[in-house]
Amino acid sequence: MIANVSIYEILTLTTLLFFIGLYGFLTRKNLITMLMSIELLLNASVINFVVINKYMFPEMLQGVYFSIFIIAVAAAETALAISIIINLYRLKVSVDVNETETMKY
Amino acid sequence: MNFSYTILIPLIPFVVFLLLGLFYNRIKEPVSGWIGVAGLAVSAGLSYFTAYQYFYNTPKVDGVLQTLMPYKINWMNFTDTLHIDMGILLDPISVMMLVVVTTISLMANIYSTGYMKGDRGFTRFFAFLSLFTFSMLGLVVATNLFQIYIFWELVGVSSFSLIGFYYDKPSAVAAAKKAFIVTRFADFGFLVGILLMGYYAGTFDFDILNNPENFAGFLTKSPQMFMGLSVFTTALVLMFMGGAGKSAMFPLHIWLPDAMEGPTPVSALIHAATMVVAGVYLVARMFPMFHFFDDGFPLHVVAWVGAISSLFAAIIALTQYDIKRVLAFSTMSQIGYMMLALGVSGYDGHEGVGYMASMWHLFTHAMFKAGLFLTAGSVIHAVHSNLMQDMGSLRKYMPYSNIVFLITALSIAGFPGFSGFFSKDEILIAAFEHNKAIFYITLLVAGMTAFYMFRLYFSIFWGKDTHYHHTPHESPWSMLIPMLFLAIMSIIPGWTQILPFTEWLTPDKKGIHWHLDPVMATVASSVGILGIIIAYVFYKKPTEYPAKISAAFGNLYRWVFNKFYIDELYLFITKKIIFQRISTPFAWFDKKVVDGTMEGIGNKTASLSNVIKGIQSGKVQDYAFAFIGGVIVLVIIVIYML
Repeated sequence: MIANVSIYEILTLTTLLFFIGLYGFLTRKNLITMLMSIELLLNASVINFVVINKYMFPEMLQGVYFSIFIIAVAAAETALAISIIINLYRLKVSVDVNETETMKY
Repeated sequence: MNFSYTILIPLIPFVVFLLLGLFYNRIKEPVSGWIGVAGLAVSAGLSYFTAYQYFYNTPKVDGVLQTLMPYKINWMNFTDTLHIDMGILLDPISVMMLVVVTTISLMANIYSTGYMKGDRGFTRFFAFLSLFTFSMLGLVVATNLFQIYIFWELVGVSSFSLIGFYYDKPSAVAAAKKAFIVTRFADFGFLVGILLMGYYAGTFDFDILNNPENFAGFLTKSPQMFMGLSVFTTALVLMFMGGAGKSAMFPLHIWLPDAMEGPTPVSALIHAATMVVAGVYLVARMFPMFHFFDDGFPLHVVAWVGAISSLFAAIIALTQYDIKRVLAFSTMSQIGYMMLALGVSGYDGHEGVGYMASMWHLFTHAMFKAGLFLTAGSVIHAVHSNLMQDMGSLRKYMPYSNIVFLITALSIAGFPGFSGFFSKDEILIAAFEHNKAIFYITLLVAGMTAFYMFRLYFSIFWGKDTHYHHTPHESPWSMLIPMLFLAIMSIIPGWTQILPFTEWLTPDKKGIHWHLDPVMATVASSVGILGIIIAYVFYKKPTEYPAKISAAFGNLYRWVFNKFYIDELYLFITKKIIFQRISTPFAWFDKKVVDGTMEGIGNKTASLSNVIKGIQSGKVQDYAFAFIGGVIVLVIIVIYML
């Protein structure tokens, strides 16, 4: 718990963070930027886990452990996404999301 | 006696078939022939041993030869009594047929090693010959109706593949198709007959079906009548339809002349000696039923179909020029003989002489007709033509073929002393004692047979001095040995008691002592000799008589020459009536209505999907937007509306 900071302020921050990430994911055309936006989404939820754990159930540790899991999964997912993007770049010489539109119908 | 080795008789050809069929790329020309001959030789040896053991060393109970079943494997059970078995049944006629089938098959195999030399389908040919022999042996030893039906279809298939052996020749392919379709059509009747029999009698087993003591029990179980006949009579007539199709009886004979497109050993083995007598064998196998139901009505059908076929075929054979076709019609005529002999036969004691005559004629006919066909094959091999006009004076080039043809032709003509004389004499006696009308038909056919066989003989080996491009050569020994063997076999069986089993070939298996009736023998042989003399006058040297006589008959001659236009009649019925009037509207309905509905549904789905497929744009962010929008809508619903 942080002194003089209530749970509402932190939750407001994470909500903002989440929607910034969502906005970025929907509007950016660069695949790397979209990946960064996804990281924002994940981080917002990780902070939520820790904060709710600390403020509401201080005697428990589940939220903290979940946050560690999420970070690990996010790292793996990022590695995967980067490798896909690199391969796409080799094929198209571009990291623009519009180049992936061949997979349709 | 232990007859368990009899299982090997059909199995050895089957193993040979598998060996040659599976490795037909590896086993090269002469070897596959030797394998086929060796397999058949073992099989034939076992058959002779079986015949010897069965007729000499098996104890008779009250003077009756017992029916033995060394093998009987229960295969499929429907009810307690109705089951399909596979097994081996030995009784006088099946043992005799084992001897006939293996002997002729062995001869055809030996002959084929010479006849098929250099053919690229050499191994395939021997594989199919072995398959045929296996199926025919399985048919002969069948213990029940269903086993006979299974092997019945198997001989049909092997006959199909052997007629169409030269599959790059359109006429051979057409002939194979025709044979298969016609016999399949007839087998449909056979199957319905079997099912009726199984339903009302409750069994397929021959030993139950053929026991006259059971017949009263069968009749009480079958209340249904069809036009005043019991349901069993209907079943038997339907089964005879199958037999008539396989045995090329009028009006289902149209496939047999065309089947001559196959190689000549095939014609000798399948379409003269063994497969085509399967119908006769079937009637003989079911004889007690044919004889006792409805006062022998089914048997009268058999007798008249046989008589009409024999007369019909003999008339056509008078006019044909293709030597194999003449022999084919002669086969049909002789099988008609066997059928009518069965048809006029009684059951007990001496009354069964017709049955005995029929089976005996089956034996002698197999020998001399196979001999005739093999000789015809040897002639065709030398001249490279099937037509009589291309032959003449061949006696100078082919002395052995000449002798064999003469002996076998004398045998089929019923010349005294040859085997055909004795068996034909018995048939005439049986016909004379039971049905005068059929007797006169039989006598007339005997004369015609002698005439057309010697027309053939004189046209091929005497007649005009044809100039040949290539001097014809006598065939190699591999072909001559089977021919000479069969020539000997068309003399001996009549003369001596070398075949004591003839006396046991009776419906009640009690055995009768036959004897030559001197009056009948004189009448029959004088009719035959008269036919030979007329043929001698007409064809010994080229004369004007045949042309004059055929001109005098005018339209009648043309009618006969075109085989009474039966083929054209069937073509008319199938093409003009069935295909055009019935099948075409059905095809229209199927195409437009049934297919139309289904295609309409398919087309509508496709066009609808064309409209909505734009949603799947491939843009990742659109998908994510739709997903998030959906989540938001769901959240709003959950929070505010529930």
